[in-house]
Amino acid sequence: MTTKLFGEPVRRREDARLISGQGRYLDDLGQHALAAAFVRSPHAHARITGIDVDAALEVDGLVAIYTWEDLPEGVCEPLPLLIPHPALTHGRTAYPLAREVVRHVGEPIVMVVARDRYLAEDICSLIEVSYEFLKPVIGLEEAVSGAHLVHEDVPGNVGAHLVQEVPSADGRSAAEAIAAAPHTLSFRLDIERSASMPLEGKGVYARWDADDQSLRIYSSTQTSTSVRMALAAKLGLPLPKVEVIAPDVGGGFGVKIVHPWPEEVLVPWAARVLGQEIKWTEDRREHFIGSAHERAQVQHVQVGFDEAGRVLGLSVEILHDHGAYTHYGIIVPIITSTQLLGPYRIGAYRVEFSSIYTNTVQVTPYRGAGRPQAAFCMERTMDKIAQHLGLDRTEVRAANFIQPDQFPYDQGMIFQDGRPLIYDSGDYPESLRKLKDLIGWDDFPALRESARADGRRLGIGLGCYVEGTGVGPYEGGHIQITSDGRVHVSTGLTSQGQGHETVFAQIAATELGVPIDRVSVVTGDTRRFGYAVGTFASRAAVMSGNAIALACRKVREKALRVAADALEADPRDLEITDGVVHVVGAPAASIPLATVAVLSNPLRYAFDEEAKRATQFASTGGMDRPPVSEGEEPGLEGKDYYSPIRSTFASGMHAAIVETDPDTAEIRILRYAVVHDCGKMINPMLVEGQIHGGVAQGVGGALYEKMVYDDHGQLLNASFMDFLMPYATEIPHIETDHLETPSPLNPLGIKGAGEAGVIPVSAVIAAAIEDAEGLPIDRMPISPSDLHALRQGRGR
Amino acid sequence: MKPPPFDYHAPTSVREAVEVLAEVGAHGKVLAGGQSLIPLLNMRIAAPAHLVDINRVAGLGEIRTDATGVRVGALVRHAAVERSAAASLAQPLLRQALKLVAHPVIRNRGTIVGSLVHADPAAELPAVLALLGGSVRLASTTGEREVAAADFFTGPMESATRPGELAVSAFFPAWDGGTKFLEVARRHGDYAMAGVAAAVRLDEDLRVTAAKVACVSVGPAPVVVDVTAACGGRPVASVEWGSVVAAVQDRIEPEADIHATADYRRHLTGVLVERAIKAAADV
Repeated sequence: MTTKLFGEPVRRREDARLISGQGRYLDDLGQHALAAAFVRSPHAHARITGIDVDAALEVDGLVAIYTWEDLPEGVCEPLPLLIPHPALTHGRTAYPLAREVVRHVGEPIVMVVARDRYLAEDICSLIEVSYEFLKPVIGLEEAVSGAHLVHEDVPGNVGAHLVQEVPSADGRSAAEAIAAAPHTLSFRLDIERSASMPLEGKGVYARWDADDQSLRIYSSTQTSTSVRMALAAKLGLPLPKVEVIAPDVGGGFGVKIVHPWPEEVLVPWAARVLGQEIKWTEDRREHFIGSAHERAQVQHVQVGFDEAGRVLGLSVEILHDHGAYTHYGIIVPIITSTQLLGPYRIGAYRVEFSSIYTNTVQVTPYRGAGRPQAAFCMERTMDKIAQHLGLDRTEVRAANFIQPDQFPYDQGMIFQDGRPLIYDSGDYPESLRKLKDLIGWDDFPALRESARADGRRLGIGLGCYVEGTGVGPYEGGHIQITSDGRVHVSTGLTSQGQGHETVFAQIAATELGVPIDRVSVVTGDTRRFGYAVGTFASRAAVMSGNAIALACRKVREKALRVAADALEADPRDLEITDGVVHVVGAPAASIPLATVAVLSNPLRYAFDEEAKRATQFASTGGMDRPPVSEGEEPGLEGKDYYSPIRSTFASGMHAAIVETDPDTAEIRILRYAVVHDCGKMINPMLVEGQIHGGVAQGVGGALYEKMVYDDHGQLLNASFMDFLMPYATEIPHIETDHLETPSPLNPLGIKGAGEAGVIPVSAVIAAAIEDAEGLPIDRMPISPSDLHALRQGRGR
Repeated sequence: MKPPPFDYHAPTSVREAVEVLAEVGAHGKVLAGGQSLIPLLNMRIAAPAHLVDINRVAGLGEIRTDATGVRVGALVRHAAVERSAAASLAQPLLRQALKLVAHPVIRNRGTIVGSLVHADPAAELPAVLALLGGSVRLASTTGEREVAAADFFTGPMESATRPGELAVSAFFPAWDGGTKFLEVARRHGDYAMAGVAAAVRLDEDLRVTAAKVACVSVGPAPVVVDVTAACGGRPVASVEWGSVVAAVQDRIEPEADIHATADYRRHLTGVLVERAIKAAADV
């Protein structure tokens, strides 16, 4: 049995458990806990003038009702602004329960704790909140007019304003470069709102142990360690008395990196106050109106270019709809601004964004996190340049690519990790060559003509992107080899279905030379690993993967040292194969790792046959040194951290062939091709799975998903009946090819892959529809009804 | 997303069921497949004080087929009719329509009669019943009555079923000609933005002697239009589609929603009318 599993398409070890109903998701826990439910604002903008709970107090089974007035110091304060930034001059976060004013439909006002969720919801419906209505601010253009304010003390509804300018090599500003360019274009682009929409919503279950004065919290989160620190601070508890565990999590896609959510503060607090277990499981409507959305931007673009299509100057002004609050800071528009440059060398670049408050659900990162908007902007720009010059769209891109010999390439900006935007490696011309081969770019004109002869309308489009992945600051890994020869891997970041139990085990098996079935992996449990950041930004494989590899190397070194002692050999002559340490070239001289684990922990007391070997009278060790040598620790354990100097940059290119029905305006994706480069692949099958899922979400954003708010700030499609996530039937077969340009920044040479699939899809589909129809597609998503309106010349 | 409190009744005979329904009157709601009612309860959009679960009622599970058509009992699931060769032979439009109803898991639970009583103007089965001139049999403590489709669908989500009545079966007449159901939905299995069921009859020289369509999602109830005259007694290949489409578009009243404009629904209905009649004639 090989243990060299790095790079192999190992099947996901977690799936048998998860698909046979053995998973333990949040709502599977705490079957006897009290239930919490929330009265949420039905209005987008209103002042609370009264809360009448009299009728609710009569209900048998009621345990407690809380409003903001009931919350103690710490708990009653606004939620933390997680990522402060100097440009976020007017950051605002919500109170856990609304204080005086509600600013979006769905904002929690009252928490009810009752015997079960049915009763809790009955009680919520008996609580009467009275309001004085305020004018809701809906839509970016209405918001920037500043006529009405979401927050009284935020003029113009502008939460943040940031300008970044990168002059050309000869020192010209973007404005100057555009003015001097032989060709210029200017246009407007729109992208609508979508959302992470994990199948499992949020949820929290808290248990207060009065004897131990400790709190255990289960949360469906992407960051258990940060939830722990936030709650210990809010509740005034010593950190060691708070444990946070992320059980099986049914998807996150970004929304669960935000923390602590109001419910995540209130449920543990109430559990402690009441001395009873409490659970809250978010329902779908709550998730639509009470969590977070993403994507919505309006972009005004000016570009200047030469005859070959090389971009000499690019200026982009972005209006970013931030919803009612900025809990997660301005990471999304920062990523849009910086990742807009993609795989290109731009002459001079200026980007300006304004983050605007509206009376809608707040905007926080959703898979792609600002990059789909960025790719939409840059790739639509490339297509417009090609059309203007009459050039092939791939030629214009090739003319602008950073070349393989130009890495590391400094884009001259500051990225989302606060560090320079320096691309570590890549090969964009080769990616494009592969993509053209895969989709049959050069053969498409003939295909289009033969389809046209049958009365069918086809179009082709492509899109490129670069994705900064594996952002710091750090992750850690802990390895313990126990005396049964089992390898226990733990890391602090959480899992939401990515396959960490598989890939982290592959890394450990490869590094340690043990069979993978002896390796187990625990993530997101602060009892096992207390220091971590979280799972987001395509970072888990890069960060924890490398940390686990480094920790394994420490353990391996120690195992060889202990084994060398026992075998009276030089550690440099030893190897581990299939869980056995042996002398290279002399397999008879060997000792199982299990025995090495026994010997590494000198014992006073035996507990089984194997353990006797480590007790005092069995030892043959030298009497001239202590049983545990100076600088050593008992046991076969290792812990290490990986903290990168900066992000590593994955890249990819997608292409699609689309058919539009000349009569019904239906849009069908006939083929979808992806070339992807995430450096060395730990498991190519899981990389493909990530790409498939990403493309599926991208197709959702391109053709189906939007959040429809009316002028009153009501979300009209807050259910799966009307918010159209694509089914498997809407997703085309996805053809993939890979490039492996190793990252020079980390020991494993890997880059992140989690978000790649979603990033360019809207750009690609828009380009293909535009190609089929000969109509500019500048606003996504696009529905058949929208396309029909465009054909009628009425716009949208 | 938990329903408000309700009293639950599980009668085992039609007599018992209608007695309970008579007692609870307007406060009662019948539960059959639950594919529409349960979400409405969980979202607290509907809050009946009494739920009358008819799943244990004897005698409502039959599909009866003869030369005149197909009679479907109130507990017959979509999937059962979809799979019934006899039903499909007697009235092929049923299977054509059922393949467009949601997804297999929903069709496994949902009932044909339940869809009719729910009377969603975007649903396929009301259009099929309306096109074919079928009927629904309603039982109460005072006896049974048979209501023709034309009188049954009274508005969006409204049928002629009165408080105290239980729809026990529906009858889909046979049609000695061709049929076709076409629709365009946002996603596979969604309610259609527009859909057209067509029934056509040709003479020996392939001229259209009868043609009618039922349109979904373009009015408060299925819109049935007889287009025999507009087809002008011509063979399908030389029908003037402009006047056929106009005859239908004159009758429909599409409205805009978040998925489609009224103009697009009108246009789409026109496209589907032509396609469905051509396909129905092509047998």
